[in-house]
Amino acid sequence: MNRVRLLVGTRKGGFILQSDSRRQEWQVSQPLFPGWEVFHINASPLNPDRLYASQSSGWFGQVLQRSDDGGQTWQAVGNAFNYMENPGNHLGYEGEALPWKFKRIWQLQPSLTQADEVYAGAEDAALFRSQDSGLTWQELSTLRQVKGELWQPGAGGLCLHTILLDKIHPGRIFVAISAAGAFRSDDGGASWKAINQGLKSPYELPDESVEVGHCVHNLAFHPDHPEVLYMQKHWDVLRSQDAGEHWTEVSGNLPSDFGFPIAVHAHEPQTVYVIPIKSDSEHYPPEGKLRVYRSRTGGNEWQALTDGLPQQDCYVNVLRSALAVDQLDPCGLYFGTSGGQVYASADSGDHWQPIVHDLPPVLSVEVQALP
Amino acid sequence: MMRVIVPVPLRHLADLADEVQLDLQGQASLKEVLDALEERYPALKGTLRQPESGQRCGFIRFYAGGQDLSNQDMLASLPAEVTSGREALRIVAAMAGG
Repeated sequence: MNRVRLLVGTRKGGFILQSDSRRQEWQVSQPLFPGWEVFHINASPLNPDRLYASQSSGWFGQVLQRSDDGGQTWQAVGNAFNYMENPGNHLGYEGEALPWKFKRIWQLQPSLTQADEVYAGAEDAALFRSQDSGLTWQELSTLRQVKGELWQPGAGGLCLHTILLDKIHPGRIFVAISAAGAFRSDDGGASWKAINQGLKSPYELPDESVEVGHCVHNLAFHPDHPEVLYMQKHWDVLRSQDAGEHWTEVSGNLPSDFGFPIAVHAHEPQTVYVIPIKSDSEHYPPEGKLRVYRSRTGGNEWQALTDGLPQQDCYVNVLRSALAVDQLDPCGLYFGTSGGQVYASADSGDHWQPIVHDLPPVLSVEVQALP
Repeated sequence: MMRVIVPVPLRHLADLADEVQLDLQGQASLKEVLDALEERYPALKGTLRQPESGQRCGFIRFYAGGQDLSNQDMLASLPAEVTSGREALRIVAAMAGG
């Protein structure tokens, strides 16, 4: 692989950042879709020049864009995200019953096996699939049958924000919803089960171990070992050895176990990264020090990675989709902040440098290693 | 020929000129104008009215002939100034900012 391409979504547009494989010098594109919120840009693993972007606006709603030339040109594709008939109600912040209403797409995940297939995670929480490269969308509505009437919005809304496709077990899909929990399908989305056993949310829920209702912030796995799942919950970092059937807390010596993103090293399945945030009311790093924490033991024992990151007076946040890992060797890491910085490490997190300082607040970062 | 002015962000989205001309005759309604606009510029679908219900998006307004037509029946005829082409139908996004 000779090139690296970062796909960055921000509050006011998308950006493409490119470098050679040394990952030291970067070119930053002009804004894509300027002025619009870009929650996510993601690429097809089967065709790296096929990109999808979720573009939304409080005025003009949701637009879905597709590029077939690596982001040079884009075309608006389908944006009719219709829930299946009679979706019923979910809970509001006050516990009141609210009807499902589509607001935006948080996450796009192109298929690992079908070139024209792509999944989209929506707010209000639902999983949609397109089999015609984004022109039309169908809801995989059986997900909502897993106690959807008890799902409740987190602070960011009732959103399906994480989609993991399992290449080892065809048809297996993991999703995470705030605030409902984690869910798994083993049959391509035809049926679903909640996988939240072992999660405890004593500060958020009247029954701390309830089956659904947990505010799961992010999930991650190593693609070659998808049965080992990692979770950053609202509070707590957790690991599952059995595809989510049971979870164990592995927060260990983290300075705070609140945070949003979690990621796994590309070549070391036991090496995990989180970015601790002080608390759910103080969305900035503990002690004003921006630190990525790495565990080489699948959690519990964590090491602060600080070289090149601000270690005083830093009060930015890092959102759930804003941490990415590339496939090069050594493995590269990238994350974006609410202050508009994008940081890169070309050596598994040992050293960091800012690629760019002054983008709009970063919502998401994805990375591609390209020939 | 009817004239329509679309909010700037949507001109960028759909690659439109400052003013769009639509080949509509007679006493066209707001619905007919929006149908024609979306047919010619599919990228606008869902940005002015909800894809499912067809209702106007919350922060979108329709002005013409010195009137706010946003809450009138979408099937009602537009003012003669607009249908004759003397005046443009202005589609306006609500102001935001401080």
